Order: sequence, then C-alpha cells, then structure tokens
Amino acid sequence: MRPVPAIAATATADPSAPVDRASAARFVDREVVPRVAEYERAGRVPEDLLASVSAAGLWAPFLPVEAGGQGIDLLTLGAVHEEVGRGCSSLRSLLTVHTMVAWAVQRWGDTGQRTRWLTGLASGSVLGAFCLTEPEVGSDATQISTSARRRGSDWVLTGIKRWITNGQRADLFLVLARTERGVAAFLVPRDAPGVEVVPIDGMLGTRSSMLAEVRLRDAVAGPDALLGPDGFAAGMVMTGVLDLGRYSVAAGSVGIVQACVDACAEYTTSRRVGGGPLRDLQLIRARLTDMVTDLYAARALCDRAGRLKDAGAADSLMATFIAKYFASQAAARHASAAVQIHGAAGCAEDAPVARFYRDAKVMEIIEGSTEIQQITIADEVFRRVVR
Amino acid sequence: MSSELTLTEIRTQVREFIAGRYPQQEIADHDDIFALGYVNSLFAMELVVFLEKVFGATIPNQELQIDNFRSVDRMVSLFERMRSGGSPAEAAPVAVSG
Ligand SMILES: Cc1cc2nc3c(=O)[nH]c(=O)nc-3n(C[C@H](O)[C@H](O)[C@H](O)COP(=O)(O)OP(=O)(O)OC[C@H]3O[C@@H](n4cnc5c(N)ncnc54)[C@H](O)[C@@H]3O)c2cc1C
Repeated sequence: MRPVPAIAATATADPSAPVDRASAARFVDREVVPRVAEYERAGRVPEDLLASVSAAGLWAPFLPVEAGGQGIDLLTLGAVHEEVGRGCSSLRSLLTVHTMVAWAVQRWGDTGQRTRWLTGLASGSVLGAFCLTEPEVGSDATQISTSARRRGSDWVLTGIKRWITNGQRADLFLVLARTERGVAAFLVPRDAPGVEVVPIDGMLGTRSSMLAEVRLRDAVAGPDALLGPDGFAAGMVMTGVLDLGRYSVAAGSVGIVQACVDACAEYTTSRRVGGGPLRDLQLIRARLTDMVTDLYAARALCDRAGRLKDAGAADSLMATFIAKYFASQAAARHASAAVQIHGAAGCAEDAPVARFYRDAKVMEIIEGSTEIQQITIADEVFRRVVR
Repeated sequence: MSSELTLTEIRTQVREFIAGRYPQQEIADHDDIFALGYVNSLFAMELVVFLEKVFGATIPNQELQIDNFRSVDRMVSLFERMRSGGSPAEAAPVAVSG
C-alpha cells in the first residue's frame, strides 16, 4: 500500500480537533484557495495537500471514533463537503469517492474487512475510489459487464472501469461487478495482480481530480473482496453508496454557488463601468439576488437530506435526489452568470469563476445526471398514485 | 437491539410505512409486496433504512434475503428473530445511515 508521504510543513492541523464547517472553512481558506489555480493547471491535487487533508482529519470524519474517525453526523459532513467544494471541486470529488468507499466498508463490511481497511481510510493512508462506470455503460448501471467469479477461494474480476475519480492515486477500488446472482460490490486493492491504471487527463472540469481508466484483467482481489450481501440485497450497497456520493456532490455544488456569490460581490465592488462600480447596476444586483436565493434554497435542501440521514429516515434518499438535482443546476446556472458578470476577466485561464463554470457542468453529469434525477423524482410522484 | 417496541407496534409501523408508499393499494399483512410489480432498488433501500430505524439495529448481511422482506408478516418475523438473538452474529455497527 502506498503510504501518504510524511506530513508537509504546512500540515499543522490536529486530526483530533473537531471537524465541522468552521474548521473546514479555515482549512480551505488557508490550504486550498491560495494554490488551487496552480495545481488545477498541473492537473493533480499535490501530495502535500493530500497529507494536509489527512492532518486536518477530513478524509472520513463520519467514521466512529474507534475506527479512527470522529463520529460526526452527516449534516455536518455535508457542511464540510460544501466548504471544500467552495474552494476546489476536484478536492471535493476526491473526498466524495473516498467517503463512498469508507462508508461502504463501515456499513457493509464484516469484522475482517473493517479491521483491515477502516483505520487507513480514516487517516487517509489508504485512499478510496469508486468504480461503476464502464466505456459502454454509464447511467444505466444495471447493464455493467465487468464480471466477478470465484477462482479457488479468490474473487477474480474482469472488465474496464472508466472516468474513475482519483483512479490515478487511490489505493483501494470499490468495484461494482456482475456475479451469477446479480451486481455486487468488491474491494480491489490497487496493487492486486491484474489491475492496470491508465490516467485520463485534460477533462473539462474537476481537472485535478486525477481521473483514470481502471482495467481489470483477471484481477485477483482475494478471498475477502466481496463487500456486503450477495444476491437481492447487493443492489443496496450500490444504492446506499451512490446516495452518499450524491449528497456530497449536492453539498459541493452549494459550495460552488457560494464561491460564485463571493467572487461576484468582490469583483463588482472593485470593477467600474460608466463612472461607477458594477455593483450599482440594477441588472447586476438582480443576478446576485437570484444567486443568493438559490444558494440558500440549495443549502436548505442539502440540510434537509442530511438531517433525514441522521434520523435514519427512509425519505432521506429522495431528499438527496432532490437536493442534488436542484443544487447542481443552480451551480451550473450561476457559474455561467458569474463568468458573464466578470466579462473577459472571467474567461482568463486562472480565473476562479472560469473554474467554477467548468466544474459546475460536471456536477450535472456525475452521481446521476440531471436527466436521471428527473426520471427518479418523477417516478416517485407516480409511485404514489393508482396504476 | 435497542428497540423497545412491542411486536404489535412494529407490525403497525411496518404496515403504515408500506401503506404510505402505496396509498392507493389495499395490502394485507401476508401479501407479497414484490409481486405488486413496482418495487425498485430505491424502495428496497428505503425499506431497509426504515426497518433498521424501527428495529433499532442493523440487519445482518445474512438476513438481507428477499424472502425476509416480501410481506409485513415476514418483516415482523425478521424482527422477532433478531430480537431473540436468532440471527447470524456478523452485524455491522451503524454509526451512519443513508
Ligand atoms: C469528471 C467526472 C468524474 C467521474 N467520476 C466517476 C467515478 O469516480 N466513478 C464512476 O464510476 N464514474 C465516474 N464518472 C462517470 C459518471 O458517473 C457518468 O458520466 C454518468 O453516470 C453518466 O454516464 P455516461 O457519461 O456514460 O452518460 P450516458 O449514460 O451515456 O448518458 C448520456 C446522456 O444521456 C442522458 N440519458 C441517459 N439515460 C437517459 C434516459 N433514460 N432518459 C433521458 N436521458 C438519458 C444522460 O443524462 C446524459 O445526458 C465521472 C464522470 C465525470 C465527467
């Protein structure tokens, strides 16, 4: 297992200090915002920043204390992911997929799997990635063709997973694969024989999220690779994991809108047109008003989803679909408006609003595209009426 | 198991949950809800999240068999079995739900 390098000089945070919105905000303002443009250009989140995330205890603070986490609730986790998303959607994406893997091991793992993986996932010495999408299959996840079969006592996986966030860097892949009994989840260490990782660079958005294609050629994942139940209930692993990923992306999208509000308020105060500051123009103020209103609405939807999760309420799944549907579109709409408000300055290579614009588009595609949310949310409406 | 509810209360809550999801359907306690034809993976997950909240415990992987969730009767039996300690032991502690 590749260790996270020794904590860099900047990584002074104490991982046992409470993780909450305020601590995440401080971390982002100090460690992320000053350098995000530089590493986005380089196309990867630097190792010392990954180490800083470890030092700040941000990888999986929702894990129980005995597993190395802080046992924070999911409402707070959403706030943390929002703050990280405000600073950098690529880093938030790494947190999202890592969260999905860590949660899955905690929720579905047996004692052996939890003992083997949770402490590393909590500290960040093991980074997780989530492998569902394939070259021929995206939205319709039931159609995946990657297969898993027993060979002796080992699970052996064959197939190709594409567009895998943090695939370039992750140590542990949570792979959805087909068994004789349906689709199930498997833990595949990066260093398992038969695993090949091919970097994907130059994406439109989340440019430093280190995407990769993960090729599994009779990859030997070991006897304890199957995570959770097989058969009927295996689909729940995927449903539960995607739900949490969607929640994180929704929160990250709120962060993008917040960043747009902040950038526009600042820019329109300093930029002058026609003898006065841009902010005095009614059309500009109207745009900012819409932005702020959607910001609060999106955050309220995320908070509702988080509270329902913390209460163990079944409605939390649908609440999360709705939050992600609204927040990701709000991010795309307002990032576009933010570039417009900045004019040419918003189109420059390192302009933060240009990055928000690129990243926001991705939010409408990942963790269930906008169209898939529409299908699911409408289905729920019809489920409740006579057929 | 931390649930203090009686079997009757469990039965009532399960019934209400199913009825709330399919308000236009008459569903008897022995009816196979999967045979109704519109149970999807989202509903299955919601059902498990709901049952774990009502039961006050994580349902062990080995009990996550479709037959245990087919009807109100079967779900109440699952609860009884879990409460009496008759379920396989490997239950993950739930620190988070979702
Ligand atoms: C930056 C980035 C990071 C990603 N990270 C990961 C990752 O870590 N792990 C992973 O497994 N995947 C990852 N993905 C893949 C992502 O999950 C998929 O792109 C997404 O599920 C959509 O699948 P697709 O791209 O194959 O589109 P398709 O499924 O081919 O869909 C194409 C278009 O058709 C629409 N469409 C599809 N079905 C319907 C329908 N029934 N009705 C109407 N419209 C429909 C879609 O909404 C979309 O607009 C990532 C993608 C990106 C861009």
